[in-house]
Amino acid sequence: MSPSLPEGLASIRDDFLALDIPERLQLLLEYSDNLPEVPEGTVEEGHWEKVEECQSPVFISVLSMGDAVTVLATAPPEAPTTRGFASILVHGLKGMTRQQILDTPPDFPLQLGLQNAVSMLRLRGMSGMLWRIKRQVESSTSL
Amino acid sequence: MTIPPDSSPQLSGYAHPERLVTTDWLADNLGTSGLRVIESNEDILLYDTGHITGAIKIDWHTELNDPVIRDYVDGEGFSALMERKGISREDTVVIYGDKSNWWAAYALWVFTLFGHPDVRLLNGGRDAWISEGRELTREIPAEKPTDYPVIERHDGEIRAFKEDVLSHLGKPLIDVRSPEEYSGERTHMPAYPEEGALRGGHIPTARSIPWARAAKEDGTFKSAEDLAELYIAQQGFDPGAEVITYCRIGERSSHTWFVMKYLLGFESVKNYDGSWTEWGSAVRVPIHTGDQPGEVS
Repeated sequence: MSPSLPEGLASIRDDFLALDIPERLQLLLEYSDNLPEVPEGTVEEGHWEKVEECQSPVFISVLSMGDAVTVLATAPPEAPTTRGFASILVHGLKGMTRQQILDTPPDFPLQLGLQNAVSMLRLRGMSGMLWRIKRQVESSTSL
Repeated sequence: MTIPPDSSPQLSGYAHPERLVTTDWLADNLGTSGLRVIESNEDILLYDTGHITGAIKIDWHTELNDPVIRDYVDGEGFSALMERKGISREDTVVIYGDKSNWWAAYALWVFTLFGHPDVRLLNGGRDAWISEGRELTREIPAEKPTDYPVIERHDGEIRAFKEDVLSHLGKPLIDVRSPEEYSGERTHMPAYPEEGALRGGHIPTARSIPWARAAKEDGTFKSAEDLAELYIAQQGFDPGAEVITYCRIGERSSHTWFVMKYLLGFESVKNYDGSWTEWGSAVRVPIHTGDQPGEVS
């Protein structure tokens, strides 16, 4: 368990780990239901990045204003697992600085205790989202 | 069989219409004693967002696989799973799922490894049910544990291992993946994650017949005539021949396995579940790249 996990992500991790496996799935479903809608026009045409690691059409976009970063994601309702992963990252990374996002351990998805609940194969999608978010943050810094 | 089969004329042309039910039949039979409905999806949470009333969830990844060995659960594991899910050996089981029933067909194939006597697929799967505006619920049915005997798994008839495929080369072998995976341009489905095969291509001599060619736009199966045209007339496969199907991990090829075995009535059809994730990384097995089947070396 990484001691350096920022507060938002650490509390999500702790919430998952406090539950039995079937309840972890229910919590993932709650996240899925609560993926914030992205109002039309928030993200410019062509600025959505498709997460190829996911089995469903999920797109992420990172908006930067100075040191503040907002992570946005969309995924269809018929892909609730993917929506849940996206929602965890959107909520967990909220309010973080660039550097904090870049410092997020790449194995964060594996710290949620979901391997046995959703399978390793499916968790890869979340790892893919995280590194794409970090890459977008990185490239926006270098502008 | 516990519950009479669906006698819909839509199904009557198939070799084994008793293995398939229509959405109308299922809607009419919901709640019948001895009927258990199972949802099996690629997305593990989809069931929880809404499912057919009374349906229970079985997940291929986390429930039908052995957690340690790359294999399915054994007789005791299957029996325990059935008891937990409230399924008796005598029950008529109807399975449906997302993605044109890939995972539902995979689950049905695993049920067949254990010889569950009456297991059927819902034609068109979850999408057909939803597109017809039929009811879904988030209510999880109350558990009612049952007794299910410990049945030894029988891999011989419908499952092929790598060695079986090696000695089968030259006989009908069907690669149901996308053309790009078949040719070797990519090792995974378009828009799907990389799932770890070292090389791209296909098993030498395998014909490319993507799984979706057996399905209509709405996800239901094509008619018996159209299927016979595709697999028998165009490919020249003899229904008496031994056939092996494969894909990436065996889920899409379960769909084609179902088509060949139950809809066309081929006598011997096996699914190679190791599929490309095994073959594409295995030591000392031949592969072929490009859009031609290639020859046995």
